[in-house]
Amino acid sequence: MATKASRAAARLMISPAVLLLLGWMIVPLSMTLYFSFLRYNLLMPGMEEFTGWTNYRFFLTDPAFTAALWNTLLLVGGVLLITTVGGTLLALLMDQPFWGQGIVRILVIAPFFVMPTVSALVWKNMFMNPVNGLFAHLAKFFGLQPYDFLAQAPLGSIIFIVSWQWLPFATLILLTALQSLDQEQLEAAEMDGAGPLSRFFYIMVPHLARAITVVILIQTIFLLSVFAEILVTTNGGPGVASTNLTYLIYMQSLLQFDVGGGSAGGVVAIILANIVAIFLMRMIGKNLEA
Amino acid sequence: MGRITLDKVTKSFGDVNVIPPLDLTINDGEFVVFVGPSGCGKSTLLRLIAGLEDVTSGQIRIDGEDATDMPPAKRGLAMVFQSYALYPHMSVRKNIAFPMKMAGVPQDEQKRRIEAAAKSLNLTDYLDRRPGQLSGGQRQRVAIGRAIVREPSAFLFDEPLSNLDAALRVNMRLEISELHNALKTTMIYVTHDQVEAMTMADKIVVLRAGNIEQVGSPLELYHTPQNEFVAGFIGSPKMNLIRGAEADKHGVATIGIRPEHLAASTESGLWQGTVGVAEHLGSDTFLHVHDHGLGSEPLTVRVDGEMPVRHGDRIFLTPDESKLHRFDMQGLRA
Repeated sequence: MATKASRAAARLMISPAVLLLLGWMIVPLSMTLYFSFLRYNLLMPGMEEFTGWTNYRFFLTDPAFTAALWNTLLLVGGVLLITTVGGTLLALLMDQPFWGQGIVRILVIAPFFVMPTVSALVWKNMFMNPVNGLFAHLAKFFGLQPYDFLAQAPLGSIIFIVSWQWLPFATLILLTALQSLDQEQLEAAEMDGAGPLSRFFYIMVPHLARAITVVILIQTIFLLSVFAEILVTTNGGPGVASTNLTYLIYMQSLLQFDVGGGSAGGVVAIILANIVAIFLMRMIGKNLEA
Repeated sequence: MGRITLDKVTKSFGDVNVIPPLDLTINDGEFVVFVGPSGCGKSTLLRLIAGLEDVTSGQIRIDGEDATDMPPAKRGLAMVFQSYALYPHMSVRKNIAFPMKMAGVPQDEQKRRIEAAAKSLNLTDYLDRRPGQLSGGQRQRVAIGRAIVREPSAFLFDEPLSNLDAALRVNMRLEISELHNALKTTMIYVTHDQVEAMTMADKIVVLRAGNIEQVGSPLELYHTPQNEFVAGFIGSPKMNLIRGAEADKHGVATIGIRPEHLAASTESGLWQGTVGVAEHLGSDTFLHVHDHGLGSEPLTVRVDGEMPVRHGDRIFLTPDESKLHRFDMQGLRA
């Protein structure tokens, strides 16, 4: 199937899909770029004019930007840390034979099917609420002062909620990877005198490296754009304590009706996401090579 | 030292009794082969000795010391697995060094042992490669190297050659035998291939359904099989087993005669039949003889490579009476 004719036919046949995807990407991107150089506010329609780099200057010098940048990195890094470490440990646990394995596996994946807005609201109102939440009741039962999670540790709470959503994903991917580990390798290591910890660090972790890489790359893509969880819990506050870049851009363009500023923020976010991607691929990309 | 004693060892998986009470002594320096058909429990037996499976009851002693509840690493045994079980993310050097690293052997001693093992196994040029970049035979040698450097009291081999092609298998068979002669360490070798068993073993243990059918040197098993199963299993091609009227003449239930102990002639003989398939090996030819009136199975006979017989020819066979094996109703040697 590798004749010249078949290859030309293949190119011809995939070209509509490729062109569609290209257009789908290029049109919004160029419009965003174009808007980012305009003074374009929805409160003053028909007054658009070219302003050069002003939008960028305002966006980058906004104190909220630095805070949002750090919040974004903390959010992504924190969730990645919790889900990969927690996912590995959970996968190890679920790899052991126990009664009711099938049901437990279904239960573990369940959080992933709950919509972000719903799960964030459940956490906010039923668990973390300082008056009615389960945690508040628990604290009161032990005679402690209830802790107002979303006010006292807004970013930490959001990291926790997002981790809860993504832990099943990491666990499942790592569990399947663990199940593909050759048992004879573990037995050989056991005969070679490796204890449980050595077996984990010398045999299992290297075997999991590729799966962990996949988990990190996929999660990073989604975690850079966490939005719903922030919107329904803290609204980015108090102040900008839980505002990430996505939420900052939302505030700029939809709460302040500043399309130009929002577009400039979007372009900055694209650039930052690419920097993160380059760093990630440099650090762990070699794990994906066969 | 590597004297291993199994005392009334049993193993059950749930309700399935894989190994009924079994006694066996393996002396220091012996090359013992466990052989039997698939599912006879030979690998399970090896894993019991290695400590990878727990015995259900009974006792395993290594050099007189009770090892029944010892973890595998403490037993001082090294194992070579069927899949080699090399660590894919480590170089050959690190693979071989791994057991020493776990045991806390000093760096320079590690280096010395790796060099020595690599030299004796022809791996010196490959030390910095990954297992994935090696051929099957080289991987096999790395697995053996990883076992050697531990300086174990006994080596355990679990069908180590079954993933290699035929030519390489013969080579590795020789290399492992050479290794045994050089190290003089106890070796226990599991295989389903009776040719490997015959060529390598000092002592063969024939297993069927977890039971030891016979223990003995290769030639003992060949000349005096204790029952029909061993008779049929040891020797290639298989022994001809004849039941019915012909066996009654000898006063037993079954008689057995090996293909090489039947004299073939085109003129006269005790039995006669027609030639079916002839397998020409050059030096010998194996004839499958049908319509001999002694049973439904064709008789196999070894004749000289040059014997001019063709498919459908009439042939006469005469067994060598002194090489005839007699078995009673229970299949035991009479």
